[in-house]
Amino acid sequence: MRRIINVKPDPRSLALLGLAPFVGLLGLYVASSAVRLAANPGDKLLPPLSAMASTLSRLALEADARTGQMVFWADTAASLQRLGLAIAASVIIAITVGTILGLVPWAKALGNPLIAAISLIPPLALLPILFIVFGLDELSKVVLIAIGVAPFMIRDLALRIEQMPYELLIKAQTMGASTWQIIVRIVLPQMLPRVIDALRFSIGPAWLFLIAAEAIAATNGLGYRIFLVRRYLAMDVILPYVVWITLLAFAMDFALRLLSARLFPWARISTS
Amino acid sequence: MHIRLKRLLAYALVAGSIFSLSAAPAAAEQKTSFKVVWSIYAGWMPWGYLVDHGIMKKWADKYGIEVEVTQLNDYVESINQYAAGKFDGAAMASMDALTIPAAGGVDTTVLVMGDYSNGNDGIVLKKGKTVADMKGQKVNLVEFSVSHYLLARALESAGLTEKDITTVNTSENDAVAAFTGSDSIQNVVSWNPMLSDIKKTPGATPVFDSSKIPGEIMDVMTVNTETLKDNPALGKALVGAWYEMLALMNSGTPEAAKAIESMASASGTDLAGFKAQLATTYMFNTPAEAVQFTTAPALSKTMDLVRTFSFDHRLLGEGAKSKDAVGIAFPDGTVLGDPNNVKLRFDASFTKMAADGKL
Repeated sequence: MRRIINVKPDPRSLALLGLAPFVGLLGLYVASSAVRLAANPGDKLLPPLSAMASTLSRLALEADARTGQMVFWADTAASLQRLGLAIAASVIIAITVGTILGLVPWAKALGNPLIAAISLIPPLALLPILFIVFGLDELSKVVLIAIGVAPFMIRDLALRIEQMPYELLIKAQTMGASTWQIIVRIVLPQMLPRVIDALRFSIGPAWLFLIAAEAIAATNGLGYRIFLVRRYLAMDVILPYVVWITLLAFAMDFALRLLSARLFPWARISTS
Repeated sequence: MHIRLKRLLAYALVAGSIFSLSAAPAAAEQKTSFKVVWSIYAGWMPWGYLVDHGIMKKWADKYGIEVEVTQLNDYVESINQYAAGKFDGAAMASMDALTIPAAGGVDTTVLVMGDYSNGNDGIVLKKGKTVADMKGQKVNLVEFSVSHYLLARALESAGLTEKDITTVNTSENDAVAAFTGSDSIQNVVSWNPMLSDIKKTPGATPVFDSSKIPGEIMDVMTVNTETLKDNPALGKALVGAWYEMLALMNSGTPEAAKAIESMASASGTDLAGFKAQLATTYMFNTPAEAVQFTTAPALSKTMDLVRTFSFDHRLLGEGAKSKDAVGIAFPDGTVLGDPNNVKLRFDASFTKMAADGKL
C-alpha cells in the first residue's frame, strides 16, 4: 500500500538522513554568520567558525595568565564534580526513600503527598533561601541540583515498586524472607535498572540546574563562563561551550545505557 | 537517494540564507523611525519620564521623526540587543560602551553625557575596615562590570592587585540577600539601589566608593554612529528632549517635585531612597556643563584607564593585541588607540547646539 507511513528510507542512507538536519543547521549558521559579518566584520553575535576554533584552542590549550589553569578543562572539571556529587546524592536518596515509600504502607501514606508536592516546586524560585541556608559555595549548587532531580527519581522508583507483581513478595514471604531480604534480593535487583533509566531522564534537568546555580555565584564552571562572557556578547566562547555541554550530556546518557546493559542484563530480557 | 539528499540540502541552504537576511543588523540609512533602549538606573530615570509625558514626542515631531524609547529590565541584555543591531541607541556606562558594542565592531557615539557615578558604586566589607583588609579574601561582585573596574581602582589605591584577592562572580540581587541575610559573603562590590541595602547591614563598613574616582564611571546615551551620521535629526531630538527634561527636574516648581516622585516610584524605591541615589549621581544638569566635561582633557585620561582595565581583562575581544586595538575619538579630533579602527566616539556637537539654544 503506498502510504507515507509505509515508505521506508533506504537502509544505507539512514545514517546520512540522521546527519542531514545537523548539516542543515550548520549551513544555516554559516550563512547567517556570513551575512552579519559582511555588514560588520567585528560582529560578535554569530562569529565565524574559525574564530570559535581559535578561542577554544586558547581556552583549552593555553594556561590562563591569572590562574595558571587551562580555563576550559578547569571549568569542565568543576562542573562535572558538582554534577557528579549531586547525582550520587540523588541516587542514594532516591533508592533509600523510594524503596521505603514503595514498600511500607505507613511510610507511603505519610510521605507520598509531601514528595509529590516537593517535586512540583520550581527549585530556582527558592534560590535565595538555598543561598542563605547553604552559603554561596559548592554546597548550595549541589543541593539545588539534588532538589531538582531527586524528588522525580523518588516518585518514579516508588511507583515502579508498587507496580511489581505482589505475588513475588508473597512468595518470598512464604519462603521465610525478612523485609531486609526482600529488599536486597527482590526489590533492588529489579529496581536498579529502573533507577538508571530515571537517572538518564534526569540528566537534562540536572544540567539545567547546574548552569543556573553557576550563573548566580561561582568562580569557575561551564555555566559560570557562559554567563560571565555573555556580558560582552562573546558568542565565540558561548557556542563552543554549549556544544561541549551537549556532548558531555550525550556521553553521560550513553555511558549510563552501557552500564545498565552490562550490570543488569536480565532487565533487558523482558523489555526487548 | 543521494541526489535527492543533495537537493534537499540545497533547498535548506537557500531557505537558510533567506532567513538569515532577516537576522542582519540594522543597516544605516535615512529613515524616520528609531528605537532606543534604556534600563532602570537613577541617572536614566528621566528617559522614562520624558517618554511618558510627551516630551520625547514633542521633540521627535519637531524634527519629523518617530522615536520609540523602550525600557528593558535586564541591563546587559539591553546593551547586547543594541550591539546586535536591534536598537539604534542605548543607555549604558561608558566602559560597557567600549567593551560591548565598540569592541564588537559596532561604531558607537556617546550622544548624551548624562552623569557620572559619585558614590553610586561602592565596596562594603562586613569585618574589614579598609580596602587593604580584603587581601587574601573572596570578593563578590558582577565580574567585568563597572564594579570590577571600581574594585581594580580601589586595590590600586591600597597598593594591591587583583592577584591578592579572589573575585567571585555573583549576580547583583543575590549578593544583597547573601550579604545581609547570612555570613556566606564578607566583601561585596555593588551599585545602587542594591548598595544602599548592603550598607544598612549592621557592622558593615563602606571602604571605597566611586566618589573617590569622580568622573570615571560615566552613564551615557549612545547611538549607532552611522545611523546618527545619516540622521542628525535623531541626535537633535534625543538631546533636545533630554535637556528639556533636566530643566524641568531642576526648575524647583511643583511639576519638578511631581516628576521626581514619579521617577522614584518607577525606579522601585521611595522618594527618600531615590533622592539619596540622585545625591550620589553627579548629573550634568545643563548642556553647557556636559560640553565642558566632554571636551576636557581629563576624559582622555579616564578612558585610558578604562581601556587598560578592559584590555587586561580581555574585554576588547579575542583579536585585540594591545589596548590600542579599539580607537576612541574625542570631540577635539584626537584619537586614543588605533585611528583606523575608531569605534567609540565622544560627541559634543549636539549638546553644544543645545547649550547655544540652536535646537
